[in-house]
Amino acid sequence: MSLDQARRIVEEALSGIEYRVDEGKGFIEFIVAKENLVEAASRLKKAGFDHVKSLTVVDYKAEDKFKIVYHASSYLNEDLAKVIVGIGTEVPRSNPKVPTLVYVWRSVEFQEREVFEFFGIEFEDHPDLRLLLLAPQVAEKKPLRKDFIVKEEPIIRTKPPTG
Amino acid sequence: MSVWVYGEQKSELGLEGTITRKLEEDLYEVFIGPQHPGSGHMRIIVRIDGDIIVEADPDMGYVHRTMEKLSEGREWIKNVPLFERMAIHDACNVTVSYVMALERILGIEPPPRAKYLRTLLCEINRIAAHLYGFGIFGVFIGHSTMYMWSFADREVMVELAEKLTGARLTHSYPIPGGARRDMPQDFPQAARKAVRYFRRRLDEYRKIFLDNPVTRKRLEGVGIIPKKIAAELGVVGPVARASGIKYDARLAEPYDAYDEVEFEVPVYEEGDALARAWVKFEEIKQSLRIIEQAVDWLEKHPREAPIHERFWAKAPPLWKKVFEAEGRVKLLPLMANLKLPPGRAMARSETARGEIVYYVESDGKTTPYRVRIVSPSARNAIVFKYIAPGYKVMDLPTIYGSIDYFPPEADR
Amino acid sequence: MEGNGGNGGRVYVGNLDKSAKRAKQLVMGKLRMGKAVDWATAFSLWPVHLTTSCCGCEFAATWSPRFDAEQHGALPWVGARQTNMILIEGTVTKKMACAVRVTWEQMPSPKFAIAMGACAIDGGIFYNSYNIVRPWEIIPVDVYIPGCPPRPEAVARAIIELQRKIRKQRVASKWIEEGWRPDREYVKPKEDPCSWWRG
Ligand code: SF4
Repeated sequence: MSLDQARRIVEEALSGIEYRVDEGKGFIEFIVAKENLVEAASRLKKAGFDHVKSLTVVDYKAEDKFKIVYHASSYLNEDLAKVIVGIGTEVPRSNPKVPTLVYVWRSVEFQEREVFEFFGIEFEDHPDLRLLLLAPQVAEKKPLRKDFIVKEEPIIRTKPPTG
Repeated sequence: MSVWVYGEQKSELGLEGTITRKLEEDLYEVFIGPQHPGSGHMRIIVRIDGDIIVEADPDMGYVHRTMEKLSEGREWIKNVPLFERMAIHDACNVTVSYVMALERILGIEPPPRAKYLRTLLCEINRIAAHLYGFGIFGVFIGHSTMYMWSFADREVMVELAEKLTGARLTHSYPIPGGARRDMPQDFPQAARKAVRYFRRRLDEYRKIFLDNPVTRKRLEGVGIIPKKIAAELGVVGPVARASGIKYDARLAEPYDAYDEVEFEVPVYEEGDALARAWVKFEEIKQSLRIIEQAVDWLEKHPREAPIHERFWAKAPPLWKKVFEAEGRVKLLPLMANLKLPPGRAMARSETARGEIVYYVESDGKTTPYRVRIVSPSARNAIVFKYIAPGYKVMDLPTIYGSIDYFPPEADR
Repeated sequence: MEGNGGNGGRVYVGNLDKSAKRAKQLVMGKLRMGKAVDWATAFSLWPVHLTTSCCGCEFAATWSPRFDAEQHGALPWVGARQTNMILIEGTVTKKMACAVRVTWEQMPSPKFAIAMGACAIDGGIFYNSYNIVRPWEIIPVDVYIPGCPPRPEAVARAIIELQRKIRKQRVASKWIEEGWRPDREYVKPKEDPCSWWRG
């Protein structure tokens, strides 16, 4: 199955919901409004995407938003296993709250906890929203946000030898 | 509910010692790890009733070394050795998909020779990692012969990898557009010899480990994951395949030379710890097949620089001289300043413990804008929470060992 | 009264404290038993099973049949109480620092520490990570092994170096005599590594 075919399947499943398509290399994303996220995700699951591979959150500081995408795929349907389809939403940085998708996909439980500690995004109704990897003192800094800066030693670039 | 604090005596630091709380009724909370008899840097907090686990709460993050954040400050090429540290016993498998994601953004395909070389190293790594897993599993269930055997035989594969790349574990072999070096002249013989040795040896492994009545008693029927639940929890790799899910990233989205070589993906239906051990065992056999095919192909085809010609054309003359004389591709200077066009890509590859997924976003600079890694162990960690309850505490090491959980990879 | 000594039938009853002190002097001083203590300690360095990071791969390989570090009298053991050496395998994260310190305090003295890998020296590839600590901030380290990861031979070499140090500088016997390591200020972490745990 190619990404185009998958796109058609998902578009059919999402009929009635407003969405925007973001394409990447090797995957395709459908961005919906926050309110429709749970509905859209459950329809996707009904269409056969039974687990989430990656809960990807990107901090776009310049545009003042977080993009939260659940990249799902399939295990039980071997055809759908060939593609990665994302369903996601965007929230403002000042009020990062989204409904949880744990009740749709159990496989995101730990990943949502992880995103919670690294970005400070709250997943409403998550059954067990605690820190997963970090110590509380570190988690306070919300390390994966773009305003937390880690300094690198500068590299000294020299010309490659010739000859 | 009341709280007791045991261990009145204060240590030099004034640490209060372990805190045990009595929970409702007959439940007790036991903290296992991070210093525990097996190997692994993770704590599992289990609540037990008698000796039955009622609740298990994996407390991860003891090896969280902030790779995702560090990668945002480092050049594209420098992230290869960085991500490799996730699972250094399986170095090529975990980095090859990062490199593939970069190649997708760049819009290039490595030359076929590089593809085969990468496949070769991936499979060598897979066998070494499976044997590592077996060894640690042996430590967990108190089967020291298993540890001794697998770590001794793993050296064969590690030697092979060393011959190919120059490093025992941290090869940093794949780079965007190709591989770091070609194989040495005497490599095919060494590889064939190793394959022959392993074929003979695997039979003995089956006898002493998988068919051993003692091990079978301990593994059979422990940590059963039914197929539906496996799919729901999103487990990967041998854990999923032991539960009847026929999923392998090498099949779903063939990368490198995997669409050209012949191999099978072993799938078991039982879903218990023994089935997971069998999957790994059978996978070693398949990997041996792939190694043979890759070596044959590499021998038949003429040597060429295993790097994309777009990069190779810009190589200084010295680099070409070195390649002609020694068959070695020095790391190209332009790699240090490699700039990727803006774009986003995802790539997945199958490591020994399961599928690893990279999401890479570039905004046109020399460093990534965001790299998201979801490693197999991170996805398998959920097994502790949902599968361990209902089994005895003594089965926990078996479950831990059988899913081949590698904490540095899970925590990144 | 007939006694066992057959020495004219006398029973010797002395001052126990005095005898103990004298025995200690004999053991530690005159009879050169101190050397024996050092010798014995040097050849039974048992590292505790605490894997802190990815160097653990090579740590495991060190005790595998090919490199066989057991020949130096070292054997990884499960319980902290029965071990006298800690081998820090690479990076120590903030969360792990607590575990390292607690394990270290549980071990009976004389005890020794080897730090393995570039990460344990000064952070290595993770030098600027926000979640790591340097092991020497938490426990006193005797031998460092450079490399990322160090080869198993290097680990075996480090054990030999530590043995040499113990026997040359008589570290173990002095420790027993004086109750602390005389050759270094006792390392105490500046801040409590377990503060995250108690919140
Ligand atoms: S020194 Fe290298 S191998 Fe060892 S823990 Fe650090 S990164 Fe890992």
